[in-house]
Amino acid sequence: MSNPLEVRDPEDALAPDCGAMEGDVIRCDACPVLCRIRKGQAGACDRYANVDGKLVRVDPLVVLQRTLDSGGQVVRFLEPGQPWDGALVSGANTFLTGIGATTTYPDYKPAPFIVSSRMQGVDMVTVVTEGIFSYCGLKVKIDTDRYVGPEQSAVRVGGEQIGHVTTAEYGSQMLALGGVRHLTGGTKKEGTVTCEALLRLANKEPVEVTIDGGATVVVQAGAAPVVNGAREERMRVGCGSATIGIFARQWHGHADEVIVVDDHITGVLTEHQAGRFLEMRPAGLRVRGRKSTPGRYFKVAEPGLGWGGTDITDPLSIVERIDPKIAWPGLRLLMVSTTGEDAEWFVLDEKLKPQQAPMPAPIRAVVDRIAENCEPALCTVLFMGGAGGSLRAGVTENPVRLTRSVKELVTRVTCGGAPVYVWPGGGITLMVDVLRMPERSFGYVPTPALVLPIEFTLPLARYQAMGGHVGRVVPLADALAHAQFEAQAWPAQNPWPVGA
Amino acid sequence: MSGPVRATLSGGRQHFQHGPIDLVIEAWGAPAEVAAAYEQAWRAFQPALETLVAELALLRAPVGSVVPLARGPVAQRMVAAVWRHRGVFVTPMAAVAGAVADEMLEALCAGRRLDKAYVNDGGDIALFLQPRRHFDAGIVAEPQRAALGATFRVRWQDPVRGIATSGWRGRSQSLGIADAVTVLAASAAQADAAATLVANALNVEHPAIRRLPAREVKEDSDLGERLVTVGVGLLPPEAIEAALDAGLREARSMQRRRLLAEAFLSLQGSARTTASPGLLRFTKSR
Repeated sequence: MSNPLEVRDPEDALAPDCGAMEGDVIRCDACPVLCRIRKGQAGACDRYANVDGKLVRVDPLVVLQRTLDSGGQVVRFLEPGQPWDGALVSGANTFLTGIGATTTYPDYKPAPFIVSSRMQGVDMVTVVTEGIFSYCGLKVKIDTDRYVGPEQSAVRVGGEQIGHVTTAEYGSQMLALGGVRHLTGGTKKEGTVTCEALLRLANKEPVEVTIDGGATVVVQAGAAPVVNGAREERMRVGCGSATIGIFARQWHGHADEVIVVDDHITGVLTEHQAGRFLEMRPAGLRVRGRKSTPGRYFKVAEPGLGWGGTDITDPLSIVERIDPKIAWPGLRLLMVSTTGEDAEWFVLDEKLKPQQAPMPAPIRAVVDRIAENCEPALCTVLFMGGAGGSLRAGVTENPVRLTRSVKELVTRVTCGGAPVYVWPGGGITLMVDVLRMPERSFGYVPTPALVLPIEFTLPLARYQAMGGHVGRVVPLADALAHAQFEAQAWPAQNPWPVGA
Repeated sequence: MSGPVRATLSGGRQHFQHGPIDLVIEAWGAPAEVAAAYEQAWRAFQPALETLVAELALLRAPVGSVVPLARGPVAQRMVAAVWRHRGVFVTPMAAVAGAVADEMLEALCAGRRLDKAYVNDGGDIALFLQPRRHFDAGIVAEPQRAALGATFRVRWQDPVRGIATSGWRGRSQSLGIADAVTVLAASAAQADAAATLVANALNVEHPAIRRLPAREVKEDSDLGERLVTVGVGLLPPEAIEAALDAGLREARSMQRRRLLAEAFLSLQGSARTTASPGLLRFTKSR
């Protein structure tokens, strides 16, 4: 049995002895230098630091523990920050992540940890490493109908382009950030700024970006976007036409016309298929823009930060004319945005001029229901990168077999324990939601490139068959006995990666 | 307390580590000679840190008008390297990494027949060259990117057996704002001391630069309450030029006094070099 620590930085194996406290200064006794380390500082080696009065390894291996969901009793054998005390390890409930595992890039050696565990009677192997990704970027989904900028526009941080605006999706604006061309294909400064922005976003920190010809947006995974200083609270319930479809029946009998203002498709109830179905009387209000199909209008205004992602603040400005042959005095008109945030109630006077009036309770209830049906607006960040390179050599001597095994779903790929989507086609191009990964999973190297944990889990027999580094496999318990690690709870939303 | 550890890297290179010392060692020659060289270097390495820390108080004190009386071999190399710089604030710690590299190189080569060898102590490198041998080396101008800023060749007839790099981002603290100052000198200890002091001189006042008293960053710092650089924002071109010019003046002065052979200075994408035609050529590369 080989020692897993031969293939790591030998120093990483060493658990720190407890340092001695002198006030809020720790005397580190990890080596003869005996650094005095004040709270928040690191020692001369930059490997040990004083975190809130405790001497800790700056980059411990992160181990995730699943609690037993049957039997009710939770057995906790790893206390955070404590080395394993030699007690029996139930491999079934412990998963070694790549966080802090270090790397063997360019992988002239087997991965830092190749551990075995037994699941449901099957011997499983998990190859644990930290991958260095030069080909990587982030796909950012910003839930907003506010105008962030034209498609293909440059997305900048501190003046440097770090990506671009890509397609608009349903209720969301998409950004494609990073990628090898910004990381290493442009100027040095562009690469540095891009790498730093990607790192912060991937570690769930906020980053302010500016978009050429568009808005300034504060993006943070799992948080509401802030567009030009305005915090986006909720997504639209649907486009204007969809909103008409959803709520037509609830408005029927309380309003004679409803116009749902939306930057994409503005809906007009009585012209819309839904209004026709309810046999509503045509109201004779013509809205601006280009008619798509009955009751559905494109481009009623310019994109902006007003009603429904348009630039309008006065809703009547999109009413081009009111046909006196069709409309009638006393006609009740609701104008509302697709999030229910903006709504006004009008009644036509004798001259068929809309006059603002107090909104009746049944109408108010439906407007509130639009708002209620809007989901919270979030920024979500997917990391996307290629793991098909030399990283595979740390797993097997025959890299293409790893690729095939991943494609055949025999080898399960996780990043810090989080499930990934492997894009079809050649290579191992994966996507992972950074919110499902443990805190501070991402690091960087000066190339510049991002570093993140990656684990490959498969049955031992299949690992042997693909030419894996079988001689390097050690039981999970042995690896834990030597490593300095930090135990964290398994995130409940992630499926357990080991086993069938 | 953890002791010194040793690992063999690809190509047989040796990795020795103890506390803050990280060495990568490689020697060329007959396999038996190389193996014996590595063994004797390992023997010399094991007590090195303990010997060094026994004199730490002396080595952290500024060098004044009296030569500090150091006893250990590494400590003596440190004192020798900084002594001629004593006109400015300097402690022997400015040469610690280079001095360790020099001492380990000597232990590696003593009595052995090697073609060439190096000891790399976290970027401060001691070289051994038999006649007609050379080393090719590259300078990383910006540590946050691995792209090479310049490449050069150290030939056996060049007065260079040490290479050292200093900057504010490194593990050592700096009074200046250099991304990197790389110095070629007669020994690694001399290169280390010179690089440290040129990097200190490469400086300018600008609001984008954040500084803190050294002790607030590292309690044990030999720099005491002096302000060390902890952050450098993007600087305007004129500030970059002024800082580089200040550094280059210091490097040229040291070059005249034979304290360094050549220096390469970089800051936010701009660079300066002392290199004169004929000796070491700094080839600009992308």
